[in-house]
Amino acid sequence: MVVPDVNDAAVRQRIVVTMVERSMKTRWSTASPVVRRTLVLASVLILGAVGMAAQQQNFDNIQVRSMHVQGKIWMLVGAGGNVTIQIGDDGVLVVDTQFDGMADKLIAEINRLSGGKPIRYIINTHSHGDHVGGNQKIAAAGAQIVAGNFAGQIAFRTGGGNPAFIIAHENALNRISRPAQGEPPPFEAWPTDTFFVESKDMYFNGEAIRLLHQPNAHTDGDILVHFRGSDVISAGDVYTNARYPNIDVAAGGSINGIVAAANNIIDLTVPADKQEGGTYVIPGHGRLADEADVVEYRDMLTIIRDRIQDLAQKGQTLEQVKAAKPTLDYDGRFGAATGIGNTDTFVERVYNGVKPPDPPANNRNRRR
Amino acid sequence: MVSAAALPASAQIDITGNYEPIMHEDQVERIPGPDVGDYAGLPITEAARFRANSWSPSLLTLPEHQCKPHPSTYGFRGVGNLRIQSVVDPESEEIVAYTTHIRWMEQKRTIWMDGRPHPPEFAPHTWQGFSTGRWEGNVLVVETTHLKAGWFRRNGLMLTDAAKMTERFIKHGNVIQHVYMIEDPNYLTEPLIKTSGFLLQDRDYMEPYPCSYVTEVPRARGEVPHNLPGTEASNPSAEYAAMHKIPVEAARGGAETAYPEFMRRAQPAAGRTGAQ
Ligand SMILES: [Zn+2]
Repeated sequence: MVVPDVNDAAVRQRIVVTMVERSMKTRWSTASPVVRRTLVLASVLILGAVGMAAQQQNFDNIQVRSMHVQGKIWMLVGAGGNVTIQIGDDGVLVVDTQFDGMADKLIAEINRLSGGKPIRYIINTHSHGDHVGGNQKIAAAGAQIVAGNFAGQIAFRTGGGNPAFIIAHENALNRISRPAQGEPPPFEAWPTDTFFVESKDMYFNGEAIRLLHQPNAHTDGDILVHFRGSDVISAGDVYTNARYPNIDVAAGGSINGIVAAANNIIDLTVPADKQEGGTYVIPGHGRLADEADVVEYRDMLTIIRDRIQDLAQKGQTLEQVKAAKPTLDYDGRFGAATGIGNTDTFVERVYNGVKPPDPPANNRNRRR
Repeated sequence: MVSAAALPASAQIDITGNYEPIMHEDQVERIPGPDVGDYAGLPITEAARFRANSWSPSLLTLPEHQCKPHPSTYGFRGVGNLRIQSVVDPESEEIVAYTTHIRWMEQKRTIWMDGRPHPPEFAPHTWQGFSTGRWEGNVLVVETTHLKAGWFRRNGLMLTDAAKMTERFIKHGNVIQHVYMIEDPNYLTEPLIKTSGFLLQDRDYMEPYPCSYVTEVPRARGEVPHNLPGTEASNPSAEYAAMHKIPVEAARGGAETAYPEFMRRAQPAAGRTGAQ
């Protein structure tokens, strides 16, 4: 497959022009002016994309392991976020792609499980690098059916290649294409097939798949991927049972958005019997779960949120709240001293999310 | 080695049958139910105590909490008869598994006897967990992992899903002595050990126990009942201690409250008031 050299100015120009033209004419033609402006800006920014800025982590000793969940769904673990794949007669659909350095191992395992069926779609649950890092390689290993109104895809993707489509919420594309720090990944890694409304429907491998936006939760671009026939939800990082949630405030996340997302999952899941089995939920990180596990997580988040809100409304400072140890009962299971989702940061972000707003500055002026 | 491996499993004592629980151990806790705030003699961590103090029985009115069965870390101490059956490989006639079924909420478990490994850490957890068994002499030893976050007493003393359980089924005539040992790195400072008895019955008897939830209390979406720290409800051990005239430190539990040294040191609360 021919990969265009993004260092070549002519190639970059062709990519940008094609993408912008297409965005105006076709898939994004119904987008608001704001969305269109964002897209143009995002497109222009790829002129700076000269290569993957991903950290070089060593994945040599990490194996990809997989487990059949039910129906057409498998769960894959390795390094980074959990991967969900759906296998059927139409091919393979992949939800999240871990890191670039894991991509070859993921592709090998996907091929082993599917018997070499083509990867048609990648869906990103959100923008974080441990969930989208393998996008480029896995998309390139795949093949989409290019005809009809999909034909435009081929023009700007890989200059003759025919990769899998990459789907995400619009806000995830914006954050991948314009990272707060560092260079964006190559254009081929971007989820350019986006939606900006509350849900997107697909039908693939004989089952309905619903992509459900969870506003301002872990980030501002989280989606649940609900495989209705297989009865499995791939939840991304709005549901993690390995640690406290990482409320990425800088990327639009909020505690109340995560709690709302957990309640949405509980609405969608139906236990088979005695609050067990039935709908399975693949978390962004951690082990395979069902509704009861999400209920435990929702209860934990709600109770901690309520405690911190109670203290904040009594006028306690963040330091006072931390000293009160409002997470003591859950720290052993979900807490961490350092790293993403660490306890201190979690408490701080919950506090900032629930504390009463500071009185407006001009109130004091009026009183004077 | 060859002859030992070929020893038919049926040479072990037969633990199958239908049993009634014998309720003389901890009857007050098991039938009427424990008081809130009674953690005496239990090796709980500070985190477990905080969790239990925050626990509100109203939690069980939420539809998503109503049909939870007892986890295997409690069910053997609950009510309802126990049926133990064997699963036999039709070719070798060896017992490849036992199943246990406790009536209330149909607590069904398989205890694998075929040497299979436990699932990987990313596999789902269940209320009864994943159990494997082996014979040590005439004692069936069962190891259980992959438990859901459950409980070991019905007053908010919870377990996390990191808990593990080791059981021993010891048969004396028509009685099984069941011993369990629960470990939880988060909520127990040392293993919690409890025993219960089961009496073999002449008749096999089991009835189904379906469950479907109803809306018992209309609530705002996402509301989770719990006791906020600092409220009277969040200090249930104080009321329990006063009611039973025991020191509140005893009611609050912890491993030290299980030992005779603590009993000798702790004076009844009524006797201490004059010393203050
Ligand atoms: Zn994330």
